[in-house]
Amino acid sequence: MKKNLSSHFEKNDSKLKTILIYLILIVFVIISVYPLLNVFSVSLRSNDSLFLTDLKIIPDNWSLDNYRKALFEKDLLIWIRNSLAVSTMTAITGLTLSASAGYAFSRFNFYGKKTSMMLFLVTQMFPAPMLLLPMFIMITKLHLINNFFGLLIPYTATAVPFTVWLMKGYFDTIPKSLEESAYIDGCNSFTAFYKVILPLATPALAISALFAFMSAWSEYIVAQIILRKPDLITLPVGLVQLQMDFTAEWGVYSAAAIITTIPVVILFVSLSKYLVGGLTLGGVKG
Amino acid sequence: MSTLIGKFKTKRKPSSQLINKSTPYLYMMPAMIIMLGMVLYPFMYGVWLSFTNMSLTKFFNPDFIGLRNYIRLFQDGVIFSTFNRTIIWTFVNVFFHVSIGLFLAILLNRKLPGKSILRVLLIIPWAVPQYISALTWKSMFNYSYGAINIALKTLGFTPINWLSDPTMTFVGAIITNIWLGVPFMMMIALGGLQSIDASLYEAAEIDGASNFQKFKNITLPLLKPVMTPAIILGTVWTFNQINVIILIAGGFGNEKTQILVTEVYRLAFNFYRYGYAAAYSVVIFLMLLVFSLFYVRKTGIMKEVD
Repeated sequence: MKKNLSSHFEKNDSKLKTILIYLILIVFVIISVYPLLNVFSVSLRSNDSLFLTDLKIIPDNWSLDNYRKALFEKDLLIWIRNSLAVSTMTAITGLTLSASAGYAFSRFNFYGKKTSMMLFLVTQMFPAPMLLLPMFIMITKLHLINNFFGLLIPYTATAVPFTVWLMKGYFDTIPKSLEESAYIDGCNSFTAFYKVILPLATPALAISALFAFMSAWSEYIVAQIILRKPDLITLPVGLVQLQMDFTAEWGVYSAAAIITTIPVVILFVSLSKYLVGGLTLGGVKG
Repeated sequence: MSTLIGKFKTKRKPSSQLINKSTPYLYMMPAMIIMLGMVLYPFMYGVWLSFTNMSLTKFFNPDFIGLRNYIRLFQDGVIFSTFNRTIIWTFVNVFFHVSIGLFLAILLNRKLPGKSILRVLLIIPWAVPQYISALTWKSMFNYSYGAINIALKTLGFTPINWLSDPTMTFVGAIITNIWLGVPFMMMIALGGLQSIDASLYEAAEIDGASNFQKFKNITLPLLKPVMTPAIILGTVWTFNQINVIILIAGGFGNEKTQILVTEVYRLAFNFYRYGYAAAYSVVIFLMLLVFSLFYVRKTGIMKEVD
């Protein structure tokens, strides 16, 4: 039994060292989790105990009243619907664009390849406000203010550079011989791509879709300048508006924040393994 | 397009007729159009704007005013202190992201029962949407009801005016952003550590290397190719981080809490000085360009692309 237990640990570590490592990790875990627990705690408080100054997570007399208010008295459901629509569209467009562009970068040598890859990298370095202002003016002149298309295009453009690199890195790991045998079987380049290679790239596709979805789901600044009509605003814009009225709506804001965050956190955590695989792959393979 | 493909079909041998010269461009085009339309065009439009006096009242009839925006920018001089603040912001954030991230990754890269649960809990700050984290920290910074001042009081310290003192607001924003960025670096470092062959450490151990020697001579050099691009990306992200400061300090916040990018945002969307804001952002872009050219050259990140 004792031997069994020790094989779970690093062999040279003393007991004290192991305890110390756990202690340090637990302190950092508390720091990581506490803000979310704090929101959760506030979301359960009733109006008259909103400003209690104790640090208990589950308050006495807790209630779900704030959740009811957020869902049925505020526009939370409308914001969720809008965000779902915009984020799903972003994920689909982003995926189509990055899968095919990533494939081109991975498989072909062509004139301008290096320049275009550099372009994708450089876009990551543009200061957002530098593009935000001309984009805002362009979108205004195209009459796309208060239109989801006005959001879809910048969102796709921000997500694509990263997902292209990610897809390229993944395609690089798939042997070229697979397409070659598909060609012999009579496929052309496009059928070989979507019938043979794409199914093999499912993990990378899932991560890219998740990344595009999440970046749109969490975007505040662009949404805030493009969407003005109350029935069109997305979750981030809505939640910021709720939070601005701090004293009156703190509890309701917290409930809404918990409703928004929990599904995203679950999705993210369950896919995080792939996400990191994709990131480091991209890092090592370039 | 079909005529183009047809032309190649007749000319080429059967094995290569499937992939002709236009194929890669067909795959590339949709992404390229979006990038050119949404990045390159606005960029050039922004440069043009910086030479005009466009504002809310001159929205449809801006005048070309040459370099006047740039001259005013440097005469105002606020950009210098904002620049310094941005350097502090970027350096402090990235420093703590990397050092705490690497530290946690090393602890997690050991045999440790329950470590996968710890790891999942540690990446939560990365999973929470940024605007929610920023708003949450803002509420925790509240003077009377925020968790941080309550904790400070409990520990016997005087509470801090986080949101009314510009310097403390800036410190608060840094704390928030450090909290936000650690998990990314931790996960990258962890991925890098796991790819290091364990036999290298065993060999070093046989040679009698100390822990520190192993870290310095095996871990760090082998982590470098993984961490360098992550650090560059992290630096640029931090430099361009707009959410945290805008949400914690508020869009109209004191100028002493702003970094370069949030100052541009303020000028454009709170003061509607479009031309001036555009000139400001061109200057920021040039700074970033110098930085990234320097890094690309120094690290040779593009060498592997071919």
